[in-house]
Amino acid sequence: MTAGNANTDPQEIFDDKVAREIRIEPKDWMPDKYRQTLIRQISQHAHSEIVGMLPEGNWITRAPTLRRKATLIAKVQDEAGHGLYLYSAAETLNISRDEMLAQLHSGKAKYSSIFNYPTLTWADIGAIGWLVDGAAIMNQVPLCRASYGPYARAMVRICKEESFHQRQGFEILLTLSRGSSPQRHMCQDAINRWWWPSVMMFGPSDDQSPHSAQSMAWKIKRFSNDELRQKFVDVCAEQVKLLGMTLPDKDLQWNATTEHYDFGPINWQEFWDVVNGNGPCNRERLEARVKAHEEGQWVRDAAIAFAAKQNDSIRKKNTADVAA
Amino acid sequence: MSQPETSAREWPLWEIFIRSRQGLDHKHVGSLHAADAAMAIENARDVYTRRMEGVSIWVVESRHIHASNPEEAESLYDPATDKVYRHPTFYDLPDALKHM
Ligand SMILES: [Fe+2]
Ligand SMILES: [Fe+2]
Repeated sequence: MTAGNANTDPQEIFDDKVAREIRIEPKDWMPDKYRQTLIRQISQHAHSEIVGMLPEGNWITRAPTLRRKATLIAKVQDEAGHGLYLYSAAETLNISRDEMLAQLHSGKAKYSSIFNYPTLTWADIGAIGWLVDGAAIMNQVPLCRASYGPYARAMVRICKEESFHQRQGFEILLTLSRGSSPQRHMCQDAINRWWWPSVMMFGPSDDQSPHSAQSMAWKIKRFSNDELRQKFVDVCAEQVKLLGMTLPDKDLQWNATTEHYDFGPINWQEFWDVVNGNGPCNRERLEARVKAHEEGQWVRDAAIAFAAKQNDSIRKKNTADVAA
Repeated sequence: MSQPETSAREWPLWEIFIRSRQGLDHKHVGSLHAADAAMAIENARDVYTRRMEGVSIWVVESRHIHASNPEEAESLYDPATDKVYRHPTFYDLPDALKHM
């Protein structure tokens, strides 16, 4: 028998599992703060997938071709699925779906700020796929190794589905970039508007992100916000060349010493404004969510009533059979 | 929350098992909420088989699943660890022995 087996202190058993890359599962003991951190992160992530359907759904009826319409519907449907995987993962931590939705609808729970920006032209759908899904993928791939089993498994499924999202977005922009002058202008305009909000998706810089160190120690997070952001900038700075477009940053420049792209200062004032509810679409998004939830109430009630009635008639039939 | 009586109850949670190909076992893939079994299967189709991941779906209401206790893992599985003779590699036989 090894010395580890004799250990009965739950905190030490937990720490040992995390250190040895053994996943934590729902019935395992875990520190309360670990549970709370996960609930906050996973539910916030789920809300982002759900609210994220709104800016894109805005263009489904106006997609320029049937092919574009079919792929956009498939993408938006995937995002609904991602929300469901994540809500289910959070529910294993003892929070109910209703509770999470109530937190979203009351404004207590946050979702990714990026979805508080409007989708003004068709090119925005391309820019979202390329930049927003691109940043999300950068964030999500390391989460496939998160220490909490149900979260990691949900992320594996999500990452498998995400890559088409980014590719369809880039394809939209590529088509526009080879089009007429107004189409190329529309493409550049969308990139200009979505670039900085996408860069901000990685969250505050490391020195402003007090919970990051704990999340890294728990192996929920594997890379810091700034590390991931740098990776994203490096990748996009190259990809944008294929579009013959530019990123709206005059300080963007390859640095041979660091072997990374240097980039300009981030407008954190804007970031916090949007987080705190003052972005261009915060109100509209939340109202749309609450409206959909309230108007769906009768459907959920009817389904419950129908199921109860079915169960009732099965019970009666069984009793009748026994009596006969 | 100030919601009507009828919504006091959430749709129950269901565990979803998918057979990915004919000839393979059903495997647990996740869970979802649904009012009844028929809806659970329909939702599972939409959520878990959008890319031909399955040819058959089982749904089981989560409250019917009983799980072993992780704290008892040691007493449950330890008796097997010192019985290596249950594995074919335990037996020392000459290389010349064929077809075994
Ligand atoms: Fe997603
Ligand atoms: Fe996506």
